[in-house]
Amino acid sequence: MTTVSEAPAVAPDVTSRKLTYVKAFNEGLAQVMREDENVFVAGEDVAGYGGVFRMFDNLLDEFGPRRMIDTPISEAALVGLGVGAAARGLRPVVDLMFMDFIGVCLDQIVNQAAKMKYMFGGSVSVPLTITTASGAGLGAAAQHSQSLEAWLAHVPGLKVVMPCDAYTAKGLTVSAIRDNNPVVVMLNKVLLGSKSEVPEQIYGIPLGQAHTARHGSDVTVIALGRMVGEALAAAEELAAEGIEVEVIDPRTVQPLDTETMIASVRRTNRVLVVHEAVTFGGLGGEIAAQIQDAAFDYLDAPVLRIGAPFSPVPFSPVLEKAYVPDQARIVQGCRRLLERS
Amino acid sequence: MAQRASKKSADPAANQASAQVVRDLHERMVRIRLFETEAGKLMEAGKLPGFLHLYVGQEAVAAGVMAALRDDDQITSTHRGHGHAVAKGVSFKHMYSELYGRVTGACLGRGGSMHINDVSLGMLGANGIVGAGIPIAVGAAFAAQYRGEDNIAVTFFGDGATNIGAFHEAANMAAILHLPVLFICENNGYAEFTPQSKHMLITDVADRAASYGMPSVIVDGMDAVAVHQATVEAVVRARAGEGPMFIEAKTYRYYDHQGVKGLRHPYRSDAEVEEWKARDAIDLLEASALADGTATRAELDDTWRRTRDEIAEAIAYAEASPLPDTADLLLNVYSG
Repeated sequence: MTTVSEAPAVAPDVTSRKLTYVKAFNEGLAQVMREDENVFVAGEDVAGYGGVFRMFDNLLDEFGPRRMIDTPISEAALVGLGVGAAARGLRPVVDLMFMDFIGVCLDQIVNQAAKMKYMFGGSVSVPLTITTASGAGLGAAAQHSQSLEAWLAHVPGLKVVMPCDAYTAKGLTVSAIRDNNPVVVMLNKVLLGSKSEVPEQIYGIPLGQAHTARHGSDVTVIALGRMVGEALAAAEELAAEGIEVEVIDPRTVQPLDTETMIASVRRTNRVLVVHEAVTFGGLGGEIAAQIQDAAFDYLDAPVLRIGAPFSPVPFSPVLEKAYVPDQARIVQGCRRLLERS
Repeated sequence: MAQRASKKSADPAANQASAQVVRDLHERMVRIRLFETEAGKLMEAGKLPGFLHLYVGQEAVAAGVMAALRDDDQITSTHRGHGHAVAKGVSFKHMYSELYGRVTGACLGRGGSMHINDVSLGMLGANGIVGAGIPIAVGAAFAAQYRGEDNIAVTFFGDGATNIGAFHEAANMAAILHLPVLFICENNGYAEFTPQSKHMLITDVADRAASYGMPSVIVDGMDAVAVHQATVEAVVRARAGEGPMFIEAKTYRYYDHQGVKGLRHPYRSDAEVEEWKARDAIDLLEASALADGTATRAELDDTWRRTRDEIAEAIAYAEASPLPDTADLLLNVYSG
């Protein structure tokens, strides 16, 4: 069993080229599988079909049915298989296809994977990676579109990562598999075909370290997953008016790198948190509370949150578009913050 | 159903081997019985925090199964897991210390009665969630198959656990993947306080295995030798790559679902309890061993005496052990 828990960050090298989010994920996974014989993938339609989102394309050809396993539609048994195999020293990657399906296997994630190390007095690790696709935007309706990171981030023992682009999709996936803890990799469905520069070599992005995606002095926008792109677009729009927005991508929502966020807030004095999940009980509330706790005296306005309304994700495209936060709402949010002082 | 091994064979070597097995089964059962009755007394005396689900009455199952396993075979257990842990060889000191919430406990005082484990002995945890250990054992069996190793996994669960989804999913998964895992159903007739007749319409839980293409056998769960023989056969199959097997052991718990007494409503009669106690697993094994000369009364008594001494020492060790340091409250939340 490898003892590497986190690989050092590697900046994009000269051989970098543009790759889609899903291909970047696929490449990172394949590279870790080449690196470590203990890594295998199990899930519904992951092997023969290559995954419903093509996440696992071509892996069966290279790694064979021993390491690419099609399972019955049995999420509880699937995650349990991963927990047991991980406790015995393997590094399972189990795929839950749509994040909404975690409801049917939450016991294995929350009560088993997350707590085993703790309850076993430290004598066992659970290096399990759970991959899943979250988010709305594909007209997939209320049971195939949720962003449930707050459920998971609330559970001690789990790590949760939310890649915002192809580069982070590869690096966070590699680090998740190398990590000795259960890690949920929340891929975003709308981003699957989006491209960014991705180095060809294998690299890990440290878990628990936020990334400042854009530097600015007037407002800090803390954005999760797909919202990073919307926030960067909003920042460009506001830059044209001379408003400099700093965009922070936590990358890992558990553990959460609060320090980077607080340092930013102390410089900008205004903060907006934006996520795709329902606002009520979402991570925006946690982040706002931490900022208030650590940087209250630096705030020129109350921390503002933008998320989804308190409703299941709607099907009709017009409703779905109104439901998910976007560039326009982020711009509006930044303006509201700047109006106060 | 497997045959009892009490009839002497003409082969002296076989007789000696079977005598050894009987003594092994006896010792494992005595260790469980005494561990549990003493734990019950400690609970009644108000010395133990939390819950206590006692295994007394079911000893033949843990002993019979575990005597057929190797140290590197893996087990997952239930919320009623002390018997499995003791039979797998987890130390009394670690177990009592855990019941007391001491830092010397099996879980460093973080787990308590329902979570006792010892990875070095293949004890992958008791489990507070009914049925949750079943898929985990399937995963442990998967790891063995993946590596081409011949160790197997065994999962213990009650009749009630076979009503949860994880059981059915895991049974099907194990069958489909031909995994070396044994499903041991300890059918004690009650899911907590609800009798089997009120929580399933079948009499034999083993019937459920058929729908997953898994062979099954029903054994007398008060007969340690029968349980052992059935397990030996299933272990041979599993090690040979012939896939999972289901064993239903019909057994009984003498104490309540939780704790020692505390009946709030008569969910079962005293007469029923006495009827099962009349076929006590340890009494049966002792009677048969004495009748066929496998053991003398003095040898059997010696096992009880040695075990009592060891238990007294373990309880004293637990009581003298330090409590966890609250500065270490966050220990082992994450792995480094």
